[in-house]
Amino acid sequence: MLYYAGQRLVLSVVIVMVAVSILTLMMHVVPGDPAVMILGPRATPELIEQTRVAMGLDKPLPIQLLTFFGNILRGDLGQDVFTGRPVSRIVFEQLPYTLILISVSILWSAALGILLGAYSALRRNTWLDTLTGILSVGTISIPAFVMALYAVLIFAVWLGWLPAIGAGRGFWDGISHLILPAFAIGVAWVGYVARIVRASMLEVMGEPHVRMARAFGLPERRITRSHILKIAVQPAVTLLGTGVAHLFSAAVFVEVIFARPGIGALIVSAVNERNYPIVLGAVLVTTGIIVLATLISDLVVAWLDPRQREGM
Amino acid sequence: MTDAAQNATRTRAEDSPLPEPTLLARTLRTLSGNRTGVIGFVLVALIVASAVLAPWITPYDPAAIMTGPRMSPPTAEHWLGTDNIGRDIFSRVIAGGRIAMLVAAAALGAALSAGLALGLIAGLGPRWLDNIMLLVFDALRSFPVIVFGLAVVTIIGPSLFTVILVVAITSIPIYARIVRTQTMALRNAEFILAERAMGAGMARILLVHVLPNVLGPLLILASMDVPLVIATEAGLSFLGMGVRPPTPSWGVILNDGYNFIRNSPWPVIGGSVPIILVTLGFTFMGEALRDIFDPKLRKTG
Repeated sequence: MLYYAGQRLVLSVVIVMVAVSILTLMMHVVPGDPAVMILGPRATPELIEQTRVAMGLDKPLPIQLLTFFGNILRGDLGQDVFTGRPVSRIVFEQLPYTLILISVSILWSAALGILLGAYSALRRNTWLDTLTGILSVGTISIPAFVMALYAVLIFAVWLGWLPAIGAGRGFWDGISHLILPAFAIGVAWVGYVARIVRASMLEVMGEPHVRMARAFGLPERRITRSHILKIAVQPAVTLLGTGVAHLFSAAVFVEVIFARPGIGALIVSAVNERNYPIVLGAVLVTTGIIVLATLISDLVVAWLDPRQREGM
Repeated sequence: MTDAAQNATRTRAEDSPLPEPTLLARTLRTLSGNRTGVIGFVLVALIVASAVLAPWITPYDPAAIMTGPRMSPPTAEHWLGTDNIGRDIFSRVIAGGRIAMLVAAAALGAALSAGLALGLIAGLGPRWLDNIMLLVFDALRSFPVIVFGLAVVTIIGPSLFTVILVVAITSIPIYARIVRTQTMALRNAEFILAERAMGAGMARILLVHVLPNVLGPLLILASMDVPLVIATEAGLSFLGMGVRPPTPSWGVILNDGYNFIRNSPWPVIGGSVPIILVTLGFTFMGEALRDIFDPKLRKTG
């Protein structure tokens, strides 16, 4: 298990490095000088030269990449083009907001999704099963940002129940500001998780070891919990691990629509002012988190089911 | 999977006693027992037709600012109302569909052909090349699509082309991986070995044997990816990083709607309902296609 974990960790680090290299390479493939791009067309030649040296653009590309990775290892992601503040500080100031939003969204939706999926598998062809099926297809068909717009429209504009702007101050205010965004992001995941758990429950329920447990006279509740559900949630765990990338995409929209602080809002404003170091730093951090999440979900699956460890 | 479960998921076509029913027969048979499939095909047909015919069926010029009422609810003249500067929302929605379909066709076409080529290279090429390509695919897939899109916009600026490029690049790894797996499985298949023993060249093996085997699953997958592409286009355009105004896109309509959400819900409704219909249509159609062409694939959904 430890060897497997170590192997996967090294691979993850390599993947993040390749991902960042791709973005940096793209910047160089595109015609035009990145320094000119950042400073705008009216910059003086001296200023452009100065920025090039400051950003290390005067050196050959492999050296640039190496310096960049070296800096990352020291926790240095470069400086904000306009204010000169360190990018790492700016990114990590915004990151907690996004992480809280994403975690709350995924927790409520995974819990409800597993519950609905398991119940509809156990009680097939009842009204709950039909309702879950319809809800799954319906919610999956609505992108998170459309869901967010409807959440604002219905609960904030028409009903006026919940606030739609900002992250709030203090604990309770913060929670009331979190409900609509977390709803908008999570709703589609209830459908995804319920669908996949239902399908894999049905599959596991017919396996020999379940019949065996039943033949031994184990109580039905116990069979469901420790013999069926434990195996049946695995595809859902994998889905959630790979789904973190989609969650970050959804968070970008939700943070813009609800005017919340966070890494998505940070990236959008940085793109608007063409603040490339911030964009690159934020992309690096989100990619790192996504790769880490995939790694964790793989390890959880390996822990739940030792068979998965082999052949990897 | 047990026999019972397998029987439950088996299609009608597969159960038929007739050997090798024709494609048309299989299609009709699968559709007759599949209400969602029919809905899917009808929705997709309507959407594609309205996209193709958009310039002729929009009642007004989608970009024309009219002197009539602003932010009006639906009326007999304006079926979905008017927006904040008096433009007809229905006309804009129809014209936006044309843009969405254009992006989907261009991006998926590019991704399919590049994915096919790269997948074949990875599947048939030397081991080290395969490993490098897998690494790059994994790296590309670890970007959130929207975040990657925003980074690309910073580099080359927002435009219709940027959206197509972003979707194509992020979809290539998915298609390439499937082609690669299929190619590797086929590479050692006996009929390929036999073909090689008879002196067939690489080109013939690729064109006659590998391509038909990988194309089916690929096209089905692409049809189910259309909603993702359209959501990405609408999303980037909503953020002002995709299709630029005054070109009407569902995302641009939604952005106008968001800015005036306290005044009128109609732009939000008009911009979002087609996205939902497209998603339902292409998902249902993809599932039906999968049942018709490749019953074995059903499990992976």
